[in-house]
Amino acid sequence: MQDFMDTEVNSMKIAVLSGKGGTGKTLVSVNLAAVVNQSVYIDCDVEEPNGYLFFKPEGILEQQISVKIPTVDNKLCNGCRKCVDFCKFNALAYIKDKMIVFEEVCHSCGGCIILCPIKAVIEKEKVIGKIQKGTSDQVTVYTGMLNTGEASGIPIIKRLLTENKRESNKLTIIDCPPGSACVVMESIKDADYCILVAEPTLFGVHNLNMVYELVKLFDKPFGVVLNKCLEGENPSEKFCLEKNIKILSRIPFDSELGKMNSNAEIAVMKSLKYRAIFSSLIETVKKELQHETTFNS
Amino acid sequence: MKIAIPVDEKDIKSNVCVSFGRTPYFLLYDTHTKESVFLDNSAVASTGGAGIKAAQVIVDNKVNALLTPRCGQNAADVLKTADIKIFKTTNASIKENIEDYISGNLPLLEEIHAGFHGHGGK
Repeated sequence: MQDFMDTEVNSMKIAVLSGKGGTGKTLVSVNLAAVVNQSVYIDCDVEEPNGYLFFKPEGILEQQISVKIPTVDNKLCNGCRKCVDFCKFNALAYIKDKMIVFEEVCHSCGGCIILCPIKAVIEKEKVIGKIQKGTSDQVTVYTGMLNTGEASGIPIIKRLLTENKRESNKLTIIDCPPGSACVVMESIKDADYCILVAEPTLFGVHNLNMVYELVKLFDKPFGVVLNKCLEGENPSEKFCLEKNIKILSRIPFDSELGKMNSNAEIAVMKSLKYRAIFSSLIETVKKELQHETTFNS
Repeated sequence: MKIAIPVDEKDIKSNVCVSFGRTPYFLLYDTHTKESVFLDNSAVASTGGAGIKAAQVIVDNKVNALLTPRCGQNAADVLKTADIKIFKTTNASIKENIEDYISGNLPLLEEIHAGFHGHGGK
């Protein structure tokens, strides 16, 4: 029974999120992925992925990601405007007997193509970014990269998470985009556990509260990592105690860690102190997950 | 000449609205007949692309010139395609801007902003 649960826990998906950027999502994600035996690291922060800077993965395989957007055959179009009226994103306009498509406003719902009674609206592929897969020691590293100016990274995140299903026997760390918007929802949708990273400030509490509400809404088991901990009062810690939220780990505000991080070094590879901190964090999360599994079965 | 102005209220004594795409109303003013018509801006509640939709309304009403304090890129593209000139309002008074337009003292709007696109007012 214990073995069975270990296997299950070792192949679980852990999402790391925070209410704003710069809180320590990538620090926590990269070090967690690096501290376990076999793991997958997925950078879903597709607007500004940076996990690969630490892992420096090799054997990169690349895949372009495209979405379907409409294009209009203006010779066929009779100007009925069914598509223009339908588009709730207002990506279409009809000016001087011609359809205009605002590609970056389009959300690729495909409605205009279905609605056009004379099939004058057809779909075309538009590349919005790419995903990369590589390896760095025992870590499989996936990176999503959205092209600048594109509306939504969701198609890229979706592909990253489907690709990973092929390696679902490994522990997976999902490095989420900052905030609590739909890109974050997409990233945590299939996660078994969520780690919320929080800073020790009032602003940090506000940001923590955003992701706290999100994971509650998604009914995900979760805990908090307090990052940049200093002596004295920690408003985020107070928040956790008030809300009865599990504190998984405390990472100190430490110039040694700051230096390693800004040199794109993985702390658990360089420092025994941090190897101990992140090993203990992953053990704590596994225990939480086992508790969840037992509790729910 | 038919001109359009984004306005705060359905009253010629009210003010020019600071936003084009999300103005609550448009005033359509005919410089020959001196007739005023107020239009509800159906784009005001759009989740996105309000400028495009508002510009479509302006085009559909066969307006010749738009008087507005500012305008985003997408809306400007629609208006340009329809050969509608965009003039920059110089103060909040609807009447004064109409008079300035008629006397040829209103400058063309040169600065087209990139749009807010879900980020709110910056």
